[in-house]
Amino acid sequence: MYRIDFNKLRFLVCDDNAHMRRILRTLLHSFGAREVYEAEDGATALEMFTHYVPDIVITDWLMPIFDGLELAQMIRQPGGKGNPFAPIIMLTGHSEKRRVTVARDAGVTEFLAKPISAKGLYQRILNVVASPRPYIRTKNYFGPDRRRNTVNAYIGPERRNGGKAEVLQQPSLMDKAKVAG
Amino acid sequence: MSKDLSPKLSVENFPDHQVITQPNPLRKMIRRVAENDPDDPIARAEKALQELSSEFDGWMENECDRLASAHTAMEMNRGDTGTREELLRAAHDIKGSAATFGYPTAAVAAESLCRIIEHAPDFDQVPPELIAHHVNAIQAIVRENDRIDALGVSAQLSKKLRSVADEYLAHVNRDRPEHLEAILAPSIIPLD
Repeated sequence: MYRIDFNKLRFLVCDDNAHMRRILRTLLHSFGAREVYEAEDGATALEMFTHYVPDIVITDWLMPIFDGLELAQMIRQPGGKGNPFAPIIMLTGHSEKRRVTVARDAGVTEFLAKPISAKGLYQRILNVVASPRPYIRTKNYFGPDRRRNTVNAYIGPERRNGGKAEVLQQPSLMDKAKVAG
Repeated sequence: MSKDLSPKLSVENFPDHQVITQPNPLRKMIRRVAENDPDDPIARAEKALQELSSEFDGWMENECDRLASAHTAMEMNRGDTGTREELLRAAHDIKGSAATFGYPTAAVAAESLCRIIEHAPDFDQVPPELIAHHVNAIQAIVRENDRIDALGVSAQLSKKLRSVADEYLAHVNRDRPEHLEAILAPSIIPLD
């Protein structure tokens, strides 16, 4: 059995709602985390991301100034400051299927729909710590490999050419999002 | 605050993409423990959340007050996108947090309100009473929780609001297939 040493992990939490930040802080500290930095909007989070170099970013989606989706895009931007490979967990009240797809295409690593639970959050963190995916760079995408299934029949416009499709067998972001916390 | 950001990257080049792998920088954060290890971080966090729950009623009331203020501001400035966005953020926060705070039916009503704001083609044309009913229902569910929840009224109220809102949205989006699809798509979170 494996456990995460949370006391060695540095978190950046971004949520405009003070109550939700308090809940997240409580959960992370209870897991054993010592370093939890908090931002209440995307712009502040980006500054803190560069300054504190967190191991994991947990962000809300809907926020003033710029939102969690834009934050993810800025983090993944080539040439941006900070670590573009940092895992991003999108924790959001959005619960529509298309939102999961949009988040995935922005380079989000894991999607967790509110209401939050200790189990759901722990599992997402365990995933990014223990099972990181390769990163893919195309002309219009940079982020974790979006392939999680061996569906060779995919013929969509973003189908990648060349090379064997190496796929880590993992449930899709959508399937995981459906698992209640 | 510096951390080593220079892991050895391996890059495979393909005609239209690159596959970039790096040694797992977080690997050292994982440790093996005995199968019967008594430490359970999830149980510990659930206990901490339980201890925090004495604050939840007050927090829920704060969220309700914020929603009511946003609604008032929106009504006074119809057409102003700032007030509409604040109403959406207030409703969205209730949608995301009310179940954690012990008010799951308020979350259902808040989700219905979010859908109206997000999917109405012209928000200024939304009947004001449809918005007001949602705001009032959320407040009633929170303020009268013990009384009306015992009767199952809050669940019925939220379901009815959602049904009326969905009917309205389906009608006003009848010529907007992409919105209709989003409206009719099932949520990834079960409603019940």
